[in-house]
Amino acid sequence: MSPSKEPIIICRDVHKSFGDFQALRGINMEVQPAEVIVIFGPSGSGKSTFIRTINRLEEHQRGQIIVDGIELDHDLRNIEKIRAETGMVFQQFNLFPHLTVLQNITLATIWVRKWAKEKAEKKALELLERVGIPEQAGKYPGQLSGGQQQRVAIARALAMEPKIMLFDEPTSALDPEMIKEVLDVMTELAKSGMTMLVVTHEMGFARAVADRMFFFDKGEIVETGTPKDLFERPKEARTKLFLSQILQH
Amino acid sequence: MSHIAEVQSATFERLPLLTWMRKNLFNTWGNSVLTLITGWLIFIIGRGLLVWVFTQAEWEVIGANLRLFLLGQYPITQVWRIWLSLLLLAFLSGNALSLWGRKGRAAGRFAVALVVTLLLLMLAPVGIEARGWLLALVFLIGLGWFMGRSATRRMRQVITVGFIIWPPIFILLLRGLTPADGLLPLVGTNLWGGLLLTFMLTVVGIVFSFPLGVLLALGRRSQLRIVRWVSIGYIELIRGVPLITILFMAQLMLPLFLPTGITIDRIIRAMVGITLFSAAYLAENVRGGLQAIPKGQFEAAYALGLSGLHTMGLIVMPQALRLVIPILVGQFIALFKDTALVAIVGLLDLVGIAKTVLAQPEFLGLQREVYAFVSLLYWVFSYAMSYVSIRLESSLGIGQR
Repeated sequence: MSPSKEPIIICRDVHKSFGDFQALRGINMEVQPAEVIVIFGPSGSGKSTFIRTINRLEEHQRGQIIVDGIELDHDLRNIEKIRAETGMVFQQFNLFPHLTVLQNITLATIWVRKWAKEKAEKKALELLERVGIPEQAGKYPGQLSGGQQQRVAIARALAMEPKIMLFDEPTSALDPEMIKEVLDVMTELAKSGMTMLVVTHEMGFARAVADRMFFFDKGEIVETGTPKDLFERPKEARTKLFLSQILQH
Repeated sequence: MSHIAEVQSATFERLPLLTWMRKNLFNTWGNSVLTLITGWLIFIIGRGLLVWVFTQAEWEVIGANLRLFLLGQYPITQVWRIWLSLLLLAFLSGNALSLWGRKGRAAGRFAVALVVTLLLLMLAPVGIEARGWLLALVFLIGLGWFMGRSATRRMRQVITVGFIIWPPIFILLLRGLTPADGLLPLVGTNLWGGLLLTFMLTVVGIVFSFPLGVLLALGRRSQLRIVRWVSIGYIELIRGVPLITILFMAQLMLPLFLPTGITIDRIIRAMVGITLFSAAYLAENVRGGLQAIPKGQFEAAYALGLSGLHTMGLIVMPQALRLVIPILVGQFIALFKDTALVAIVGLLDLVGIAKTVLAQPEFLGLQREVYAFVSLLYWVFSYAMSYVSIRLESSLGIGQR
C-alpha cells in the first residue's frame, strides 16, 4: 500500500434513504489501490447499502462517488463500465442455477469483454484451480456445497479481471465448517494485491488481513482505524460495546 | 419426486390378488359398498361402449372420408407434396432423436414408438399409395437415426437449420408456386382443411403468440409508462373477451377497416385472431415465471457488467421460461383444442369437416361415430404434446433442485 497514489474509490458525503428510513447519512471514504477495507457494524447500520452504492446496485441520492476516475451518475455507460471493473460477491452467492460452473464464470467475459470462448474457458479453469475446485467445472451450482458455491462466485467475479472486489457478507450464509475455505481464498486474494471492500463480522479475518476497518452504525461511520487501533483501543463507546458483543463467543 | 415414487411403489406392492383386494378395495364396510357400486358402473358403461364400438357403430363413414378428415379438400393429385414435406420432417426427426438422445434411452423409445405408430397406420384402410408413403417415412426415420449416430457437431447445426427452414418449405409446397399446369400448381387456402388445417392454425398460433406474449410480459414490467400501459391494456382487453368473438371480429369486422380491394385470406384472419388471443394469456403466464426469479439474479448479472438486455436474455428469461414450461404446454394444448372454434365461423378444420361429412345424405345420423373419431384424434395429439413436455421438463431439470 502506498498512500501517495491516487485513491481508487472516493466517496464524499454519500446519502441514501429508503422512504423515511435514512440508510446512509453522509459517508466519506477514500480507498487506495491494493488496500483491504473491512466494514462492520450492527444490522441495519447501512454497511451493505454502502458497498452496494459503489457499483450502483443502490443509487445514492446525495454526494459523490468516484470509482477509478469515473463518477457514478445517471449515465448507463459509466455504470456498466464501473461494474465491469468491480467484482461483487454476495451473501447468497447468486450463482446462475441454469448454467454450469464453467458457464457461470465465462458468461461475462464472453458477453461483456467479448473474449473468444477458448480464452474465457482457459481463464475460468485457471481461476477454479486458484479457488481450489477445478474438478467442479461441469457441475451445476445446485450440486455444490455452500462453500464451493461461494468460491465459484469469487471466481466468477475475478474472471473479469476487476480492479476492485466488493464482498457483501460473503460467509454469513455458510455453515461454520465452510467459512474457512472461503476466507482462505479471500486472504490469498488480499495478499495478491487486490483492492477489497469487505462487509463481514469475521474479526479473525479482519485482524489478519485488513489495512483499515470502518465501524458503521445508524448510517454513519462511527470510528475508523487499523485493526490494532479498533481491537485494542477503541475510542467510541458504541464500537467498544459492539466489539465486546461479537467477540464474546 | 422421491416420495411420490415411494407412494407409487407402496400402492403397486406385489401381493396375492385376494390379499390386495381385501387391503385396497374391501378394507371397510363403506369402501366395500363403494367398490361394488363403482365396479357395477364401470361394467355397465364399459359394456355399453364395447358393444357399440364393435357391433353397432358404422365405421365406414370414417374410412370413406378419411382423406377429408385429414386433409380437407386438398386436391388428391397434389397430396404428394404433403407427403414429401413429411418425409423431410421424418428424416430430420430421426436424425435429431439420435443426435440429442445419445445419453438417455427416452429418445430411442420415442423413435420406436413413432415407427410402430406409422406401421400400425399402414393397417388402416388408407390405400396402397399411402401405405407406400408410410413405409418411406419409416425408412427415412431409420436413415436419419443411423446417420445421426456417427454425426459431428456440424451435423447438429445442419439439423437445427433444417428444423427452422422446414415450416416455410412446408407452406411453400402446400400452397404451390406455379399456375395450374406447372409442377407446383397453386392450391388456394380454401381447399386446406381437416386435421391439416387444425395443425396449421395451432402451429402458427404457437409460433407467433410465443414471441408476442414474451414481449407483452416484458412490456407489462417495463419502467416506461406508455409501454406498460399499452401492454396492460392489451392483455386485459383480450382476456376479457371470448375467443369466439375475436374470431367473428376477425372474419366480419376486419374487412370494414381495410381499404376496399384489399382482402386478407380467411385462414390468415383466423390465425391472427388465435395468435392475438393466445398471446395475452401467454404474457400472463410468462410474467408469472419472471416474478419467480429472485432479485439476486438480476443483481449478480448487473454486478458483472451485463446490460439489461443480456441480463434478460441470458439469465432471467431462460430460468423464467423453464419454470413455466408445464403451464405453457397446457396453454398450447388448450390452443390446439380451441382452434375447433373456427368451425363456427365457417372454416373447415377437423370439426368443420366433421360437420360437412355429416351433412352428406348417405352419412346422416352418424354423429356418434364421427365425433368419437374426431375426439380420438384430438386426444392422441394432446396427449403426445403433454408427454413431450414431461420429457422436456425432466431433461431440462438438471441442476435445479
